[in-house]
Amino acid sequence: MTTTHLVRGAETVDGTRTDLVLRDGVVAEAGTGLSAAGATVVDADGLLVLPGLVDLHTHLREPGGEGSETVLTGSRAAAAGGFTAVNAMANSSPVADTAGVVEQVQALGERAGYVTVRPIGAVSQGLEGTHLSEIGAMARSRAAVRVFSDDGHCVADPLLMRRALEYVKGFGGVVAQHAQEPRLTVGAQMHEGALSAELGLAGWPAVAEEAIIARDVLLADHVGARLHVCHVSTAGSVEVIRWAKSRGIDVTAEVTPHHLLLTEDLVAGYDATYKVNPPLRRQEDVEALRAALADGTIDVVATDHAPHTSEAKHCEWGNAANGMVGLESALPVVHATMVETGLLGWADVARVLSSAPARIGRVPGQGHGVVVGGPAELTLYDRSVTRTFSTDDLAGRSTNSPYLGRTLPGRVVATFHRGWATVLDGAVVDEDVVARSARAAAEAP
Amino acid sequence: MRHLLSTADLDHGAAVHLLDVAEDMSDVATREVRKLPTLRGRTVVNLFYEDSTRTRISFEAAAKRLSADVINFAAKGSSVSKGESLKDTVQTLAAMGADGIVLRHPASGAAKVLADSGWVDASVVNAGDGTHEHPTQALLDAFTMRRRVHGAASRGRDLDGLRVLVVGDVLHSRVARSNAWLLRTLGASVTVVAPPTLLPVDVSRLGVDVAYDLDEAIADVRPDVVMMLRIQQERMHEAFFPNAREYARVWGLGSARFRALPETAIVMHPGPMNRGLEIGDEAADSPRSTVRDQVAHGVSVRMAVLYLTLTGDREDAR
Repeated sequence: MTTTHLVRGAETVDGTRTDLVLRDGVVAEAGTGLSAAGATVVDADGLLVLPGLVDLHTHLREPGGEGSETVLTGSRAAAAGGFTAVNAMANSSPVADTAGVVEQVQALGERAGYVTVRPIGAVSQGLEGTHLSEIGAMARSRAAVRVFSDDGHCVADPLLMRRALEYVKGFGGVVAQHAQEPRLTVGAQMHEGALSAELGLAGWPAVAEEAIIARDVLLADHVGARLHVCHVSTAGSVEVIRWAKSRGIDVTAEVTPHHLLLTEDLVAGYDATYKVNPPLRRQEDVEALRAALADGTIDVVATDHAPHTSEAKHCEWGNAANGMVGLESALPVVHATMVETGLLGWADVARVLSSAPARIGRVPGQGHGVVVGGPAELTLYDRSVTRTFSTDDLAGRSTNSPYLGRTLPGRVVATFHRGWATVLDGAVVDEDVVARSARAAAEAP
Repeated sequence: MRHLLSTADLDHGAAVHLLDVAEDMSDVATREVRKLPTLRGRTVVNLFYEDSTRTRISFEAAAKRLSADVINFAAKGSSVSKGESLKDTVQTLAAMGADGIVLRHPASGAAKVLADSGWVDASVVNAGDGTHEHPTQALLDAFTMRRRVHGAASRGRDLDGLRVLVVGDVLHSRVARSNAWLLRTLGASVTVVAPPTLLPVDVSRLGVDVAYDLDEAIADVRPDVVMMLRIQQERMHEAFFPNAREYARVWGLGSARFRALPETAIVMHPGPMNRGLEIGDEAADSPRSTVRDQVAHGVSVRMAVLYLTLTGDREDAR
């Protein structure tokens, strides 16, 4: 038995005002003037109801990196950001390249109960780029993996990439490529250009991303497979993907919130908070990425949530780890960069942060929108507030956010996953309460 | 001046003042007692994460001539090789009473990270950070140029109108970057000359002109100064150019090319030189070579830097 919730007075993405009854894991009723005996009432007056957000690119770090994040703490961060599902990247230790690891990650997610955790399987054994991992076993495992990625590393060998694309075709899988030509980025520290020359940091040229994307869309076309491009960061990559889509190639692409907002100028102080891979680029790239997300060339926003310990970031730039946490700030950043600029409406936001990533990742029970009879996966968002983003807004284990001290619009007030609350009144619900809800649902007939 | 991190931080007045103080320090070397009591009781730590005996002993000599206590911390083979972080290392040194930290580090920006970190109160002097900057080298180069141009009347003067060629591995050279900004601030014009593989793809923020052909650059610029940069051995294995012979022939300062320079042009090199590669004997050993002057001036300039960063003589009080 889980609690029945009556959400009162929320506004949907198409602007209608509605009450919602969430019962037994589904949206049982929608309409005005609803009542439900014994329900917990959630006052959503003026709040936007969005379908639960789905992240296609999350690093949960467990197993092996529990100092920076666990499945539980990352799930909490996700819920705080309005997410109800995350796809957990494979670069854990051990690497998620066997059925055992992906089943473990999924089980940890189910036990935590904050979000649906969908493990991503490695393309190659140990992310080493030489031999295919046990892709079929992971696909047939209890975790039913559908997304495969060596993220953090590029599948650079063109023959291995071709084989991976072909192999996953057999069960509707997708290869999510971290596009980075390794020989062009040896020791790379930041975007290559005038600023890298000034700062004396080894450059990460745009062509190293664009060349791999160009190769991969041609490979996907040749073998008739589905390709997803992770964290697109350059204007040139957008052009290549636009061309590929115009040719009918089955390619999808994601952009991170930080590449929609931040530029390489932030690197000038050598503050490793801003060290990320792919690196922050130029303002022209930011503009191109926003335009591409607006016109559908880029399909989804994915966080690339990459938690790191304080010591991995508070050190010399060259020794610092790549990555930023992003789950808690994703929706406000999309709000600021895409909605406030008039590039996207809220229905589009629901598409790029929920339905499209759920479709690309084949995430069951997610991305269907807020519909009667559909799963009760939703988040309530207050568009009217602005706040100075701080560590109080973070709910994971790590605090390496580039937005601390920045003013961001909006705030997640409540999140519901499978009908139970994971966030209420702007606060993450206690982990024991959430775990109890998850257990009860699992034991229900 | 609390720290010296980058020559880009020095405006014209601060740069000239620093060189003038270095002139004063240079005078000390001519006295019978070559020592000043200025930094008595202060402790300077030379924290070197890379081997650089020349730079380290130059800073050591400078600190000792100012009567400072000097601690040399070669980070290789120490607790650092056991995984100690920069933060812990500098806090350990601060706990021992370091007033100034002279930092040589392989990571670009390391000196700035340390100065901005709040980990220690000590002044930070950048003695070379990765492929970013080496500001005291540029200051001693500017000091050397000023002496050659203005002689005993150097005080208060800048390098207005001086034409400088910087030849070699600009991409990886902290010396080139520091010189580019400082020389420009002092009124000189800088042309970098190198194979395109050893230049950044975009030099627009360096404030320099670019040439690929050294003979043409010599003919076009008619330089007052030719600064030859050291070619690191590892560049040869990374295919930045086909081989040493070709590099020496096209970008080295051999005899014929040295003779093609304007008669008054001086030849500089930050050392240590690869004779036969970027510079030949005739240029290196000519009276127009300033290599040994640069070493001597290095001590004076570093005395000035330590004096200005460790005493109350701050730029804003000038």
